[in-house]
Amino acid sequence: MSLEIFWMQLFSGVSYTAILLLMSLGLAIVFGLMGVINMAHGELMALGAYVTFMVANVFLKIFPHSVDTYILFAIPIAFLVTFLFGMFLEWSVVRWFYNRPLDTLLATWGLSLILQQTYRTVFGPQEVTIPMASWLDGAIEPFAGVQLPLNRIFIIALTLLVAAAVYLLFFKTRMGLQVRAITQNRAIAETVGINTRQVDMYTFALGSGLAGIAGSVFTMIGSTNPGTGQLYIVDTFIVVVFGGVASIMGTALSSFIIAQLQTTFEFMTTSSYAKVLLMLIVVVILYFRPNGLFSPKVRS
Amino acid sequence: MSLSSRRRFIQKSSTLVAATALPGAALWPVLSQAADEVKLGLLHSMSGTIALAEAAIVDAEKMAIDEINAAGGVLGKKIVPVLEDGASDWPTFAEKAKKLLQQDKVPAVIGCYTSASRKAVLPVFKANKGLLYYPTYYEGQEEDPQVIYTSQEATQSVVAAMEWMAKQQGKTFFFVGSDYIYPRTCNKIAKATATRLGSSVVGEEYAPLGHTEFSSIINKIKAAKPDWIYSTVVGGSNVAFYKQLKAAGLDGSKQKLLSTVVSENEIDGIGKDNAVGYYACMGYFQSIKSPENEKFVAAIKAKYGKDRVVGDPMECGYNAVYLWKLAVEKAKSFDVAKVIAASSEVEFKAPEGLVRIHKTNHHVWKKVRIGRARADGQFDIVHESQLTEPNPFPKL
Repeated sequence: MSLEIFWMQLFSGVSYTAILLLMSLGLAIVFGLMGVINMAHGELMALGAYVTFMVANVFLKIFPHSVDTYILFAIPIAFLVTFLFGMFLEWSVVRWFYNRPLDTLLATWGLSLILQQTYRTVFGPQEVTIPMASWLDGAIEPFAGVQLPLNRIFIIALTLLVAAAVYLLFFKTRMGLQVRAITQNRAIAETVGINTRQVDMYTFALGSGLAGIAGSVFTMIGSTNPGTGQLYIVDTFIVVVFGGVASIMGTALSSFIIAQLQTTFEFMTTSSYAKVLLMLIVVVILYFRPNGLFSPKVRS
Repeated sequence: MSLSSRRRFIQKSSTLVAATALPGAALWPVLSQAADEVKLGLLHSMSGTIALAEAAIVDAEKMAIDEINAAGGVLGKKIVPVLEDGASDWPTFAEKAKKLLQQDKVPAVIGCYTSASRKAVLPVFKANKGLLYYPTYYEGQEEDPQVIYTSQEATQSVVAAMEWMAKQQGKTFFFVGSDYIYPRTCNKIAKATATRLGSSVVGEEYAPLGHTEFSSIINKIKAAKPDWIYSTVVGGSNVAFYKQLKAAGLDGSKQKLLSTVVSENEIDGIGKDNAVGYYACMGYFQSIKSPENEKFVAAIKAKYGKDRVVGDPMECGYNAVYLWKLAVEKAKSFDVAKVIAASSEVEFKAPEGLVRIHKTNHHVWKKVRIGRARADGQFDIVHESQLTEPNPFPKL
């Protein structure tokens, strides 16, 4: 392996870490902190992607001159739309199933099917085209032979920003304190006056909103069709479960480990073998650490 | 008619209807179908993941049916399409095939896209003596007595494509495909062809279906520096692969790539900018210049909107309807066995030019074309073969 390829492989690992982290942060919050198995998480990502598609089209029609900046608007709008939609889902479906994990699984799986078919009806079964902003197109060449794609650098930067924001929210704000309190002991949190109903709703909405951001960003590297969410959902669950439920730090670490292993194996063997090897490692580690890499140290 | 007599009339006539219906369920399909109509089954995924490919094919098939009906139908009968949704689920395909053959008693079905769905319905067609027209390019290795294959099998695209690439300074090849039967079979054929032509294969990679992260594969390509990439990556992965190739600096101006699965329909999803300069090998391209094709494209646009593009599978679905009609007219019967027998050497002036059903092997003679994607999502045709004989079981 030449030195150039080594650098690009290293970069691939880092950029894949960012991608995994971005897509699993939302699920880590919903599944990890609230214990809701949200099978529709992928479809919320697809919603973010379709919002991006619509924003891009609005720009193409109304502001064709500033179409290059659309992604900067699309990301917050995708967050807002999926956040609100998440609130609606929590209120209409999810809240009736708290503490019934298997029922939640079925309900949200049904929801995911409904959403997929809705996208198919509204946007058509075919892939939609989403233009790439020209300033994100291409690659920088720090030294000869090493090309680092600009859109990947953008994704890494955005992931750092989002992860930092989530960290601040959970560890430096009153709401974060309340969420953590509820995670540790719901009954006592309620007795000290935390409005768990409201916190649940906002937490679920936040998780959904983060899925929306991920979906919006992934339009740059992947496809957008009604089944897009299904491409991401399995990896997302693996990252969260492997990292240890109820731990945001665990999710970050798990993203890093899985991404590095996946890209390394993929380079050394083939993509299919890489998936198999990765699964084997995850299974073995979960056998010895059933709660994942980071497990919460609380009395139950 | 007074009120009471009207009631008596309704009573009597309903008894009459019940009496005629009773003699047996077998009579129903005959009764329910007007004498001047014939049903034709369309079996495709209208929901689920594969709908993204199959929905467009149904549009083209329906258009062919409308055209035939407007021109007087088949043997004087109007074709009535019966559309069933296979829902991207192979057992559902088998179930719906059974319904079409047993309940609707259709004399022919046009349908299936993936080989998995076709394999799932074969036993149903065998048991019920049905007739299936399969309108999608596929890997070959099959010749079912109840099936007519109206698109190219592997040798009609892969071999021709490899020979052409070898002529364009193709000394080294890198194969990238999705991990399932079509890419693996195509690559087996491609590898044998490369060896025969004195070229070498410097890499062979398979990504799981639905894979979206291609950076490691792209790094391997960069390390191997092949003259040509031969791609059989399908579905959503395709979009990811092309986008990431371009972002990594291997766009169509710097790296030569040929795919046997990317038609105009796929380019719509990949994005024109991401596909420009890459090659595709197909039987049909929308940009073919012929009166038949111009008429065909204009008709699609008039029916489904001016932004619609037409790809190879749509044209093969359209051809399938006509090939069935011509065989029926040759047999002067809708009887399945007679139609299959009559299908041998049936010719149709298709939008892609003349296609002819093979004398014995149920596939079609057709031309192989190679196109280079332009900025507008259409292809410049850079190579066109003679009519090529189908050979579903090539010697490797």
